[in-house]
Amino acid sequence: MGVGIEVINLNAWYGANHTLQDINLNIPANHATALIGPSGCGKSTFVRCLNRMHETNPIARVTGTVRIGDLDIYEDAKPVEIRRRVGMVFQRPNPFPTMSIYDNVASGLKLNGFRNRHALDEIVERSLKDSALWDEVKDDLKKKSGASLSGGQQQRLCIARALAVDPEVLLMDEPASALDPVSTSKIEDLIFQLKSQYTIVIVTHNMQQAARVAEKTGFFLNGRMVEFDSTHKIFTNPSDKRTEDYITGRFG
Amino acid sequence: MTRIRFQQSLDELKENLLVMAGLAEQAIQRAIEAYRVRDLSICDLVSRSENAINRMERDIDQSALDMLAMEQPMAIDLRFILSVIKINADLERVGDAAKSISDRVRNMEQMPVTELPVDIPRMATLAAEMVRKSLQSFIEGDTEVARAVLTMDDAVDAMNRAAYKALTKVMEEQSRIAPQALNALMICRALERVADHATNIAEDVIFWVQGADVRHHKSLAAQKENKSTG
Repeated sequence: MGVGIEVINLNAWYGANHTLQDINLNIPANHATALIGPSGCGKSTFVRCLNRMHETNPIARVTGTVRIGDLDIYEDAKPVEIRRRVGMVFQRPNPFPTMSIYDNVASGLKLNGFRNRHALDEIVERSLKDSALWDEVKDDLKKKSGASLSGGQQQRLCIARALAVDPEVLLMDEPASALDPVSTSKIEDLIFQLKSQYTIVIVTHNMQQAARVAEKTGFFLNGRMVEFDSTHKIFTNPSDKRTEDYITGRFG
Repeated sequence: MTRIRFQQSLDELKENLLVMAGLAEQAIQRAIEAYRVRDLSICDLVSRSENAINRMERDIDQSALDMLAMEQPMAIDLRFILSVIKINADLERVGDAAKSISDRVRNMEQMPVTELPVDIPRMATLAAEMVRKSLQSFIEGDTEVARAVLTMDDAVDAMNRAAYKALTKVMEEQSRIAPQALNALMICRALERVADHATNIAEDVIFWVQGADVRHHKSLAAQKENKSTG
């Protein structure tokens, strides 16, 4: 099951560039939360702070508190453990190209030393079913490589790979921006189904997508969280003029 | 992403609705004038304007539909387009009410003139004032004016109830002038509807500008009160 995320006074830098400034918010468990804002506003940096990926860049720095459930990720946990509990899906699908479909899904578990073949089979099947890919690949699991799939299938394979390690949170950084409308629709349906089991945070430039899949939406601008509210409120009657100007296309 | 063309389309939609509003307001004023001076040539003008209003209703709905489909408007733009669609329907019905009044005037013209215990010009003035103010609130995006319209509706409702009571009494007691009383009653009913449409327009302006849904405010509050006391 998903857990809530509590962010307190989060600040992030790339070198001297103060990219996130005093972010405070509570992301509810088992819901989809969308983050919107113009390019360079800090929303991708923000999600990368939720699994400590931001600090993998040598010139990057983070201060503040992020609690995933009861785990303070900058105090109590190692990055490897955090990335097991917090899965991530990127803009461009990135399956391991030479690995089979099966091995792509099992890779995270194998990396953690999981060797029980029977259990692995079950987890791979469940993950592919949860990512709505099973019916399309079940006959070719070990025959075809991840790279042989279509773009939309590859993205669902990456989601299956993220789900296989049984995370509590799923971060998605523009997961459908490189996909055609049909594949996008499948990913959106998937997000809708997965949010009952996981806490989902999705960065998107597609505001209709945010409106369709997320219960909560946050608007970022110039490294600050301008507004965080129910998606309904944000897209029909936002409180802040800057949010309204952005979503109505008056700037951005 | 400044969406200049979209903003221009919104402006055009507003301009077209204002043209429609002008036609509807003119139609109701003409119908009232036709009643006041019993002039059938004015009734003809009302009939002709109804066709123009109907055409405009379809054009405005089509433009609004296109914008919803093509532009996926959000927030205040979405509320504006939804309000335009609803105001458009209300204006068309104001046109229908004007036609209904002019039809009654034609009918009355064939009957002997008689004194009736109802002040239709006063009621018409108030209903027309509500239409004028509701359109002013739309033009200026002024919710204060819109809220003032909402408070005026009670007075028109009260006049309609009083007219109903007085005119049904005439019909019961003086069958000779019952047809005239019936026509007057139907004119009052049409004016009461015009006031309701003006109220709807004012409510839509408040929704557009503030995002607040003030419809059925009194009846819902009364229902809540009944539940809590019951």
